[in-house]
Parts: sequence; structure tokens; C-alpha cells
Amino acid sequence: MAARVDSGFWFPALALGVSFLKCLFINAYHSTDFEVHRNWLAITHSLPVSRWYHENTSEWTLDYPPLFAWFEFGLSHVAQHFDRNMLQVENLHYASPSTVLFQRLSVIFTDVVFIYAAKECCRCVQEQKGSQDVLNRPSFVLAVLLLWNFGLLIVDHIHFQYNGFLFGVLLLSVAKHLQSQHLQGALLFAILLNLKHIYLYVAPAYGIYLLRSYCFTQDNKDGSIRWMSFSPLRLLALGSIVVSVCALSFGPFIAMGQLPQVLSRLFPFKRGLCHAYWAPNIWALYSVLDKGLAVLGVRLKLLEEAELPRASMTGGLVQEFQHSVLLSVSPSATLVCTLLSILPAVASIWLRPCGARGFLRCLLLCALGSFMFGWHVHEKAVLIAILPLSILAVESREDARIFLVLTTTGHYSLFPLLFTPAELPIKVSLMLMFTIFSFTALRKLHSGQGPLLRPLEVIYLLGLVVVAIACEVVFPLSPWQQRLPFLPLLATSVYCSVGVCYSFLRLYVRLLQRDDKPKQL
Amino acid sequence: MQTWSLVSICVLLGVVVRWGVSLNSYSAGKPPMFGDYEAQRHWQEVTYNLPLQEYFNTTDNDLNYWGLDYPPLTAYHSWICAYAKIINPDWVELHKSRGYESPTHKLFMRTTLLIYIPAVVLYCLYLTDGSSKKKISTLLCFLLYPGLILIDYGHFIRYNGVSLGFALWGILALGLGWDVSGSMAFSLALNYKQMELYHALPFFCYLLGKCIKAGPMGRLFLLVRIAATVLATFALCWLPFLSDPSQALQVVRRIFPVARGLFEDKVANTWCSLNTLIKIRSILSGDSQLYLLACTFLAVLPASFRLLTKPTFWHFKLALVNSSLAFFLFSYQVHEKSILLAAPVCLLLNDLPLIAIWFLQASTFMLPLFLKDGLLVPYVVTSLAFLFFSLYLLSALDHCSEDELRMGAYNKLLFFLPKMDLAHVVRWKFYISVAVMAVLSIVSIALVPPPHLPDLFPVLVSTTAFLHFFGTFVYFNVVQFSEPPSRKSQKKNN
Repeated sequence: MAARVDSGFWFPALALGVSFLKCLFINAYHSTDFEVHRNWLAITHSLPVSRWYHENTSEWTLDYPPLFAWFEFGLSHVAQHFDRNMLQVENLHYASPSTVLFQRLSVIFTDVVFIYAAKECCRCVQEQKGSQDVLNRPSFVLAVLLLWNFGLLIVDHIHFQYNGFLFGVLLLSVAKHLQSQHLQGALLFAILLNLKHIYLYVAPAYGIYLLRSYCFTQDNKDGSIRWMSFSPLRLLALGSIVVSVCALSFGPFIAMGQLPQVLSRLFPFKRGLCHAYWAPNIWALYSVLDKGLAVLGVRLKLLEEAELPRASMTGGLVQEFQHSVLLSVSPSATLVCTLLSILPAVASIWLRPCGARGFLRCLLLCALGSFMFGWHVHEKAVLIAILPLSILAVESREDARIFLVLTTTGHYSLFPLLFTPAELPIKVSLMLMFTIFSFTALRKLHSGQGPLLRPLEVIYLLGLVVVAIACEVVFPLSPWQQRLPFLPLLATSVYCSVGVCYSFLRLYVRLLQRDDKPKQL
Repeated sequence: MQTWSLVSICVLLGVVVRWGVSLNSYSAGKPPMFGDYEAQRHWQEVTYNLPLQEYFNTTDNDLNYWGLDYPPLTAYHSWICAYAKIINPDWVELHKSRGYESPTHKLFMRTTLLIYIPAVVLYCLYLTDGSSKKKISTLLCFLLYPGLILIDYGHFIRYNGVSLGFALWGILALGLGWDVSGSMAFSLALNYKQMELYHALPFFCYLLGKCIKAGPMGRLFLLVRIAATVLATFALCWLPFLSDPSQALQVVRRIFPVARGLFEDKVANTWCSLNTLIKIRSILSGDSQLYLLACTFLAVLPASFRLLTKPTFWHFKLALVNSSLAFFLFSYQVHEKSILLAAPVCLLLNDLPLIAIWFLQASTFMLPLFLKDGLLVPYVVTSLAFLFFSLYLLSALDHCSEDELRMGAYNKLLFFLPKMDLAHVVRWKFYISVAVMAVLSIVSIALVPPPHLPDLFPVLVSTTAFLHFFGTFVYFNVVQFSEPPSRKSQKKNN
């Protein structure tokens, strides 16, 4: 058996296996995102380009950049062979079996981009010396952590989204930078930005890194910037790539004078601070603190209950949230906080660049910083941090520790996305599978220097199990089910915020520590 | 990586695959019979609301609407499930709740099927030889066997997993030398589903053979212990019905309905396949069951006799396979799902990988059945996954020299044919058969049969399957009569 497995056939086997698994979820629960994408297929197919960003028959208007609209347009040409009715804009919530089959298969097929990106990342990973069996190689572990990532599986193939394809482009761009092919990396990132603008979160990392390490071709001996080595040619190359991609994507809309309309669709700031389910970030902790203080204030007779704004915390969903005791938070405030949080990271790769891996760290910090402090952040955004961190986790021990905490916490915070009882065994089993694998594989990979996790971290992660049991099993059978249905979501999000904050701080410490000794990685 | 983590990952993968398959359509059927799911729920209704004595009677219990036709243990299991009344009383109100289906209920039912997986894990870890990686690969392939998954979780006909699980516990116990526990486990399996009778003969012959081989005092002692265990288990299960002999007889009559025909639907059975050439069904009347019984008995005889004379675990496994195949091929009123009783072939995944995989693939090839239930995607996915991963992980195509396939006897039998490399022949036959199965699958879905032959594709599928099963039956009988694996060739397999 060993001979066959060592021959390098393991990567296709892993990819094929996970694709087969995805096919079994075709008839699982899917969220409203399914209807969103069906609607976009209909809009791009049935309406002329000038109407794409004005159309609002359905509440799910087109709010991704134009390249994604063109992608949906391409898909719609295949869709018409499955079921023409899904391409009618008026057919709201149309979900015939052929429609479901087509949409699910489209996600599975576009994942081929992700599979290719994972392969490229595995090539970039430094292998350890000596022959080992396949299961202990860093590239194998990375392949499993990427291809069989729990969060991606349930968000893409059950909840329904096209993240695999988009993350594929992101990881491919990162891999290109790790392989020192910066122009290709920049091209891929420009395409990515025009596919989904949430990746603006990590644009500062790209911008500063490319400016500093690509446009300035040489450094001084102590690592500081050598102004004379500035290469205008390279800057021009980068600029033309970005501009041409954006022109390709936004060009038609600028020509039609629809740019303001498109931008207003892409950046809807009318939504609340927190999403319906609170993403595990700073604002979740802030809101809980506020609520706690309000309750305390009422108890201590410092506040009048009537004066407090009626926050619908006891309701099922929370859309708008006015803070009662602490200051209410506005979008600009969150922007300032986000920028402040990523400033040290970006400054460090400007002043003391550490090569492509330093860039990757900065990217992670930008992603996590935006997740922590951003406006209306969705909990799925934690995947932007988890996936690239996998690359660092298989190479270094410290990063593996942070990875384990962030991934387990982040993945658990995705549980409320699948709330149907039929999917419960699947999400629990998949989560256990991924967790067991990541812990044992990373421990084996970085063995020999004592336990991987500190005791406090272990206790925190075990606490996740307690929270899980409490929310999924105990709470539905308790008397509070009727009065406070929001409680499990609150508990999950607050508990996970702690883990995410902790990982954010540790990653920062790691980046700033390496500042002292810049290594060429 | 440590064994326990790999084992848990394999088990969890098995669970995820099963649950994923169950999310697809089940045997919902159309009114008024509402399918097998409804049968299960109705049994819970009946067992919970009626006193024990009336489970198999017609008094307050309309037997035509999915009457109970399995032995008592199934009835008790339904009764336990009916304690779902605590969670949702609407499910089991007698007479009112026909046709009620809910996702929570589905969930509840499927959780009870976990007797099977621990038995598989223990078997693969303790009773197969090879490196731990080979054992884990065997475990994964065993758990991914599509036939059982599709029938129990997709088609959702019965709790085959429970009865097979008990039987597997019995096999496990016998392999570890715990004869008494093994016989108890198997008696439980028998009392759960009467189809386990397919496996009864090898158990009997193996234990009898062991008794004979033991010393004069030991043999009597062992015989008495085993007989006592079996009788006690049966008595315990049938206790409520033993008070009244006519009761017991009624139960037996429900379990073995001899009023049905020779075969139902298109089964990969000898009789069904022969029926395409000569109309056997009309020739043989109801009384000719004796001939069939004789046929089956004759088919089973060689393997059982060999096991009796050489009661080793290796022969026991082979006899299980041979016996269940013989019963399937020649017996009376065989339903196509009975091929699942050839699941003991999974036990041979480690020793004879290529043939085992080949047979297991053929046994999943019940396409018409799955098409009826809308299980096309799970069928395609699980079959392809099983084929690919078992060939890859067990390196089946590498380990098919003549020695490893134990084809030495074939050479002697086919002495009249020119000498050829049998292993090569086998490999090519494997490729061709997989291609044929793939083509038939595609053709059955894509094309419409000609109007004068409406059953063309089901018949083709079942005949192909039959040829595979018959060939496997002959092969395993030949293997049973050749020499057991030598120590040298076993070491090479690692």
C-alpha cells in the first residue's frame, strides 16, 4: 500500500474524495443565498446590462462587483439547459430539483479553482528533511486542511455560496507571491477585488507589500528602505494591471454613467452594526457589555427602564442595535478603529519587510482586524483569516498553536448557520473530523518540543464543547427557550469572540517579534 | 498519525456519508401505502398501542396495511422507538397518524443504527492482518460499501444495519474464540430478521466442527453451553408468545409467507434469469418449493461440509459468503435487497481485495431500484467513490498475481485450455465488467426502452448482476477447496 500512496497520487485522491462528499449534500438545507444567486442568474440572463444594477424586483439586489455579474452571466448560459424557468426574474424563490442540482454542481465545479490553488500552496511549503510516510508531510497536512476545511464545506456546499472559487483566487495570488511571481499575484488580486469587494479588507497588505518589496528592488544592509532603488517601470506595470482589470469590470458602467448607482449597491451602509447573528468580534463583546451595564443600571436604580431604547434582544433577529449605556457606534467609527488596528502591521512590513511570509502575516492581520472592528461583519468572514493561516501553521510551531485556537473557535462560530435538525449530525461529525485531524496532524508535525497548546488554551477549547452541548441539546429543552430564544446565539458569539480576539493579539505579537530580526523567508 | 485518530476520522466519515445519503429522497412512495418509511412508523404505532399478543394478529390491527412480518425483536425495537411519544405524541396515535413524516423523526430512527459501526471497527482492528495502515484502509472501505448505505439510509427499507451488526458481532466473537457470546449475538440477529437464516448454516457447521475437534470431554461441554445459550436467547425473545402455541404459529406464518410467488420484480437470481429463457414461473407451481429447497441445499452443501471438516476462521468466512450466495441464487421469494446478505464478502476485503471489490461493486448495481427512488446521485457518487478508493487504498490491482488470487486450483481445473496468465485474464475481466456496468447504468438513464420490450433495461441489469454473482459463487467455492493461505504469501501481502 505504501508504494502507491507515496507516488504522489494522494492529492488527486483527496480532491476527488472531497468532491464526492460535496455531491452528497446536494439535497441538504440551503439558505436564502441560494435564492440570491438564482435571482442574479435571472437578472444577468434576462435583462440588458444597463438594468443589472437598477433591478430590484427581488429584495436580493445585485451587490457584488461587475466581474461577478459577468461570471453569473456565463453560468446562466449553462443553466438554461437545466431549467429555463429559473432564469425568469419574476420566479422568486423558484427551487425546482433541476435548479438545485445546477446551482450545487456549479459550486462543486468552480471549486476546481480552489483545488488548483491548494496544489500551488502545497508546492510552496518547505518540506522537512528525511523520508517520511505521506501522512506526516507538511504538504499533505496542508492539502487536507485546505481541501477538507470544515468552514468552507458547510458554507459553500450546504449554506450555499461561491466562496471556494473566490478563496481559490486569493490563495493562488498568495502562492504566486510566495513563489516570487509578483505580477501574476497582483493580477489575480485585482481580479479578486472585482469579483467580491469584501477583499478590500486585505488590500492594504497587498498595496504596501508590493510598493515596498517589489517597486523598491533593493534594500540597504540593515533592511531599511533604499530610495534610490525605486523602479518606476515596475510601478507602471502594477498600476496598468490594476487599472486595466478595473476598467474591464467597471468600464461599461462608467460609460453608461451608472457608477454612483453601482457603488451605492456595493456599499450599503444602511444596515446595522451587527448582522442578524452577531459575528464573534469586538462589537459583540461591546454590545454584551452595554446590555449588561443597562441591566445593572436598572437594577441599581441608576437608569429608568423607560428611557432605554427598546432593543429587540429577546427577539429572534437583531437588525438595528442602539446602545443604551455606552456610546452608539457609527460606520465611520468602525472604519477608524479598523484602520488603527491594521496600522502597526502595515507599518512593520514597510519598515522591516520579511519577504513573502511577512506579507502573508500582514494579510492575516488585515483580515482579522477588519473582522474584529468592521461594520456589519458576517461571521463567514473569519474564513479569510483561517485559510491563509493554514499555510503558516504547517511550517511553524507558534503559528500552529494560533491556528488551532482560531480555527476551532471560528468554525464553531459558524454552527448557527445550519440550524436545521437534519444537518446537525453532519455538521457535528464534520467538525469533529476536521478538529481531530488538525490537532493530531499538527501535533505530529511539530512534535518534540513539549505540548503544542498551553493549558489555558486547552481549557478554553474544551469550554467550546460545553457551550455546544448547552446550546444544541440543553437549551431547547429548558424553560428559557420561549422567553429568550436569542440566548444560544449570544452565548456562541460572545464565547467565540474571546478566542478570536486572543488569536488576533497573538498574531500581532508574532509579527512584531519577528520585526527585530528580519529573516529572508 | 496515531491509529485512534485515523480510526475516528474513518468512522466519522462513514457517519457523514450515511447522513448525506439520507438527505436524499427515501422510500416515500405514493399513497395509500406511503412506502417503507410509513411501514416503520406504523409498526411503532401498533407495538406501542396494542398489547403484545396482538402484534401479529388481525383484531385491532389491520394487517394488510404494512403488517409486521419480522421476528419479535423487531417488534420490541419498534416499541422502544415508540417512546418517541415523550418527544412528540402525534407520531404514534393509532389509526390517526397514517402518512406522517417529519425530519426529527427521521433523525431519531437513524440514530438507532449504530450497532453496526463498532462491530466493523473492532473486526478491522483485531481480526485482519497487516500493518495498521492496511487495517485502516480496510476499515474505510468496509464502511464505504455502498450497498448497505444506499439501502438502509437512502432507500430506507429496513434496519438491515441492526441485524447485520449483530451477525457481525457474532462473527467477531467467534474469531476471537468466544464461542458462546458469538452464538448469543447471532441468535439475536436471527430474532431480529429472519433473513439471517442465510448465515445460519455456516455458524452451525463451524461451531459443530469445533465441538468435534475438541477433546471427548470438551466437546460435550462446549456443545451443551452453545445449545443452552441459543435456546435461552430464543426463549427470551419469544417469551410473550410461548404461552399460546397458536400465537407462536401465527408469528411464524407472518414471518414466512409462503403464499407469495417464486420471485418478485427483477432479481439477479437464477430463477429470474432463467425466466427470460424458459418461463419457469408458470411451470413451477407453489408445491415445487421442495425442489427449490433441495437445489439450495445442494448448492450450500460443499462449503458447509468443508467447514465442518476444517473449522478455521478462514473457512468460516468463506462459508458465510458461499452460503449466503447460494441462498440468494437458488432460494424462494428472494427480494433483490437480500444480496446485502452477501455483505460478509466485506470480511474478505483484506485477503482477496480485487475479487471482493469486484463483487461488492456488482452487488451495488441495483440501478433500477435506485432509479425508482430518485437516488441516482448518491448511487453514482458512492459507487464511484468506493471503486476508486478501495482500488487505490488497498492496491488491489497490484496484488493480483496468481498466487495472491489463489487461482492455483483453477489452473488444475482448466487443464484442457492452453496455459495462460490467469491473473492477467482476471484483471481484464475486471476492467471489462466495470465498463459494462457503467455503460448499462448510463444507458438505463439516458435511453428509453423500445415499446415492445418495456423491461429491457431492468432485465439486462439483473442478468449482468446474476452472471457476476454466479461467477463469484463458483470462485469462492473453488477457493474454499484449495489450500488456505500459506505464511509466506501472507507476509508478502504487507
